[in-house]
Parts: sequence; C-alpha cells; structure tokens
Amino acid sequence: MWAYIVRRLIYLIPMVLLISIVAFIVIELPPGDIFTNEELQLRRNGNPNAARIVEARREIYGLNEPVISRYFIWMGRIVFDWDFGISVLSQREVTEILRERLPTTLLITALSIIFTWVVAIPIGIYSAVKKYTVFDYSTTFVAFLGMAIPNFLLALILMLFAFNTLGWGIGGLMSQEFIGQPMSMAKFLDMAQHLVIPVIVVAMSSMAGLVRVLRGMVLDEMGKLYVLTARAKGMPERVVIWKHILKIAMIPVISTIGWILPALISGETITAIVMNLPTIGQVFLRSLQAQDSYVSGALILILSTLTIIGSLISDILLAVVDKRVVYS
Amino acid sequence: MGAALSSLEESTTPPGVHPHLEARRETQWYLFRQKFRTHKLARVSLWVLLFLVVTCVLFPEFFSPYSPQRVFDNQNLPPSRVRFFDADGRFSFVPFVYAFTQELDRETFQRITVVDTEDKRSIRIFVLGDSYRMLGFIPGRLRLFGVEGDQGVFLFGTDKLGRDLFSRTLHATRISMTIGLVGVLLSTLLGLLLGGVSGLQGGWVDGLIQRAIDVILSIPTIPLWMALAASIPRNWSPLGIYFMITIIISLIGWTGLARTVRGKFLSLRKEDFVLAAVGFNAPMLSIITRHLIPNFLSYVLVSLTLSVPAMILGETALSFLGIGLQPPVVSLGVLIQQAQNIQDITLYPWLLIPGGFVVIIVLLYNFIGDGLRDAADPYS
Repeated sequence: MWAYIVRRLIYLIPMVLLISIVAFIVIELPPGDIFTNEELQLRRNGNPNAARIVEARREIYGLNEPVISRYFIWMGRIVFDWDFGISVLSQREVTEILRERLPTTLLITALSIIFTWVVAIPIGIYSAVKKYTVFDYSTTFVAFLGMAIPNFLLALILMLFAFNTLGWGIGGLMSQEFIGQPMSMAKFLDMAQHLVIPVIVVAMSSMAGLVRVLRGMVLDEMGKLYVLTARAKGMPERVVIWKHILKIAMIPVISTIGWILPALISGETITAIVMNLPTIGQVFLRSLQAQDSYVSGALILILSTLTIIGSLISDILLAVVDKRVVYS
Repeated sequence: MGAALSSLEESTTPPGVHPHLEARRETQWYLFRQKFRTHKLARVSLWVLLFLVVTCVLFPEFFSPYSPQRVFDNQNLPPSRVRFFDADGRFSFVPFVYAFTQELDRETFQRITVVDTEDKRSIRIFVLGDSYRMLGFIPGRLRLFGVEGDQGVFLFGTDKLGRDLFSRTLHATRISMTIGLVGVLLSTLLGLLLGGVSGLQGGWVDGLIQRAIDVILSIPTIPLWMALAASIPRNWSPLGIYFMITIIISLIGWTGLARTVRGKFLSLRKEDFVLAAVGFNAPMLSIITRHLIPNFLSYVLVSLTLSVPAMILGETALSFLGIGLQPPVVSLGVLIQQAQNIQDITLYPWLLIPGGFVVIIVLLYNFIGDGLRDAADPYS
C-alpha cells in the first residue's frame, strides 16, 4: 500500500515538470511580448528612443534573455525561492496575486464538489432503483440539459432569475457595503448568498455526468448474484441498496474526482469571468490578453498541479477502498 | 462488416438450426441500424439534426429573410409578432405583421415599440431579397419568406446595431456546427493514428504517447483553450482564426479516442482471428484495415458523436470571452457575447435565443450518441 503511494508521489515530479514546460511553451506562443504594443505606441509618437526604452523595460523583467534560459530562470525561482515573478500589468508580485485570489477559487471548487456529491449520489441511486419512472425520466432529462447548457449561459440565466425574481444582489463575492468590513453574521450570509449561483453553475455539468455514471453502475450491480443472495436471505431492500450496492457503486464516484477537478476548475474560470468573482478567472483572462506572461504562466502551472494532486488523491482513496488497484 | 466477423458468425451458427432463421443471417451493420431504429429519441434527434444541417449549414441564405450583416434602422427591437388574427379578430389565411414605430418612453428613457393596427403587412413566401452566394458560389436573391413594405420581419428581434437576429442565428449555427465537425475530423485522425501507433508499437513510443495524454488531460481544458486562443494574432483573417480555433479545440478531443483505440488494439491483437491473419503472413496494413479497425469502428462512431458537443461548447465559450471568433464572423458564441451583462439581458432577453440553439444542438448530439452507443454494444 505504502509502496503504491510512494510510487505515485514520485510519478508526480516528472508530471509537474512536463506541465511546466507545456505551460511555458503555451505562454511563449504568441508573437511579441507585453511591451510590443508599448514599443509600437512610442514609435508612432515619434520617440527616437523607443527601442532603448523598451529594451530597458525588458531587462528589468528579465524578458530579454533567450527563451530556453528564461524557462530555467523562471523554474529556478519558483522551485528555490517560491517566487513566481512580477505582474507587469498590475506591478505586483504574482505570489501576492495568487495569495489573494486562489483561496476563493479553491473555496468555490470545494463547495462545488461537495454540492455535486450531495445532490448526485442520492439522485443517481434513486433513479436507478426507480428505473423507468417519472422521477428517473425527469432526472435523466435534467442531467442531459445540465450537460448541454454552457456554464456561462446557465450563469446568465440564473443571475437574471435571482436579480429580477428574488431581488438578490449579484456579481462579485459580496455586496458593496461589506467590502473591507470585518467578518460578521450579516457579511457571512451575504457572501453565502453570492456563492449560491456560482456553486450551482460550476457543479451542474459534472453533476449531470455523475448522475448518469452512478445510475448505470447501480443498475449493473442490482443484477448481480450477491444482491440476489442478500434478498433471498430476507434482507430489507434498504440495507441491500445502501450497504451492499452503494459500497461498489462508490468506486466510480471516487475515481471521478480525477476528471471532475479539471472540469470544475474550467467551469470556475469561465463562471468567475461572467459573474465578476474575485477569483483567478478574471486575472487569467486579462493576463492572457495583455501577454502578462508571469501571471498566466503561473496560473496554468498551478491549476494543472492542483488537478494532478486531485487525481493523485482520488487514486489513493481508490486504492484504500478497492485493494485490487494496488496489485494490478 | 469485416470478413473475420461474418465468418465467425457463420461458424457459431449451430448445425440444424431452423431454416427460416438461417436464411436471415444479418450483417453487423444491419443489426446496428435495426437497433438504432428502436431508439426513438435518437432517431427523432437525427432527423432534427438533419433539418438543422439543411436549413443552417447548407442553405441559411435561402431560409433567412435578410443578410446577416444588413443593418436596419430599428435597434434592439423585440421579436415581431406574426399574426393570423387582426385587431378586430378577423382571420387572415396569410400571416401578417403590423407596421410599427419606435418611440422613447419619456419616463423610463427606454424605447417602446408601437404597432399600427391599420397597417397590415403580409408575409410572402419565395421573395427576392438581399443578394447572396449560396455555398460560396451560387449567386441568388431568392429567400424563403419576407414581408411587404420597407420594414422587416424579425422573428428573433434585432440586435443593438439593428441586424436581424433570426438571420444571424441561422448563419451562426453554420459556423458553430462546422467547427464541431471539422474539429472532430481532426481529432479522429489524431486519435486513430496516435492510439493505433501506441497500441501496436508498444514500448517507449507507447509510453511517450501515454505520458503526453496524461499531461494534456491534467491541464484544465478551458484555461488551456483560453491560453492557446489568446495566442492567435488578432490581425489574422477570419478564416485563419476559424481554423486555428478548430485546431485548438480538437487538440484535446483526440486523447479519449486514442485511449479507446489503444485499448482495443491491445485486446484485439491477441484474438484468434488476428493471430491467424498474422500466421498467414498477411501484411500489417491489411490486418489493421481489414481485421482490427472494423472491429471497433462503432466505438469510434460513438466517441465521435459524443465529442462534437464539447467542441461546440468550447467554441461558444471562447467566442463569448472575446478570444475566439471575431465579430465580422457570426458564430453562436459571438452572438451570445452581446448578452454579456445583466442589464442587457433584462432589457433585451431575446439576445439569449442563440444560446437556446447551442443547448438544442448539444442535446441532439448527446441523444444520437446515446442511441449509437446502445446500438454499437451487442450485449446490452
């Protein structure tokens, strides 16, 4: 068991290195850099020193080095000094931006995972038990709809509904009057209200998939001999389902953490942009458009690393639940 | 389908079986079609999808009343009400709309539309309208319907520049659907090729491709797409951007297919009929194309159908964020981009109609994919 965990942990290192290379390449793909526009502007204004000014700027941010050495400097600083560079756009350290924005992203993602499970597991099991009933058909329909509706469209529609019908304040993480205020009950409730729509939106697409997987899994298990045996021995149906079938059906649920996490982070990014949430989504989009490469590079790297760690956790949990995994 | 399979079926038919049954020996393709036909939802979806392909992908110029770029004087106009009964309750066999004027409400400072119930404008079919080039080369002016007079008929209303949203939605559906299809073609080629090589070659090539898939899958899709799409220079031609977006979106889709294909190759190459073919010294290429590929073609078909929605959703998301297709081109994402803030949607809710098209198209593909999956699996 421990050998398996250690092996998976060691496998993490080359994966993160590979991802850092991919992240770097992706960020370096667009021609020019963040100063290219500025140089053009200076030239258009007839500034004779345009090239020198911009060159000096590049030197400050270490952007005039050759590409390969830039990668090693970037990675070196991250590994040894935990320094992700400086955002040219906002003139702040990337580490500071991350410290400010990442917790909210993680909060929304974590809440979405919990929400996904709390809703999907009972619904998935119940619609398998009540196969081909109105309940089954309607949840299947909603699940299909959930997979078909784009995140941002769902966010827009729910915002419209919450704003016009329920009269909620929308957009952002809290209402204007609470920004900068110390934590209080009122502020907490206000934040909770602002989180409802993002969590529903982010959870919706993976929830739909999970309901389908779970329903199929439970249906498969219900035809098996151990279920027949349990029933033949007069075990109540409740125990058969919640004790015997659920144990097996949970395996795919755990293994989905691996693929749910990237989906949730994807969904969170775009939802945050639409709903103006103070998470990494907005910063990421802006840094990409302005070629603020230290910020966008760091974000791709961190989001991907989080995803890998997530799938690692899911693999280990899977090994704990289902011992066969370790030996195959 | 597949010489190997049909001969297998033959050999498994027990001797002395009922002659009537024996006469109806069916090919795998026939069974596949029969089974698909019993899946009602999938069959209906297929017809609706075909309808969309004809009206939106092939001939949107004919089915839409105006050119998608034509600008009318009436901005942000709500959808026109097509009527059969006039204000006095009289029935008219030919549908009509009322002429209207737009006035400014002095209290709310919003434009309101006032219809003139005296002035009926009949809707005519097969009218001559804005000129177009169908499929890019057939010039024409004939349009399915139009309205008399100088004002237009706007089934979905108009946008903030006064362009007919219905015509724009039909043209946008063409772009969004073809992006999905071209993207799927690309990712199929990549998936078949790399998955096949991975499964057949094994060794370090297999390891390399598998690690590459691991890496790609561990980068969250939307951020990766965003990064790649943002790297397309803004001054490229619309066509160039279109193809780059397609390539970017299909970069990720191939991984799932490659895994399936690899798994199939690994399990199939130990099968008796493959070993027999190898024993007969059949050339590798013919083993792959004649014995291996026919055996998992149905899986490929299913995986293809199910990966189209992801691509359409991807294009929509990127265009919505402003880093996908750019405005002179109309895609469904570009259209929804106009409905970005809550004020606009509250005032002009019809701007969300293109979003409904996205949902419907994705649903159709999912239903068809479900039907195909059931049909492809002979054991269910």
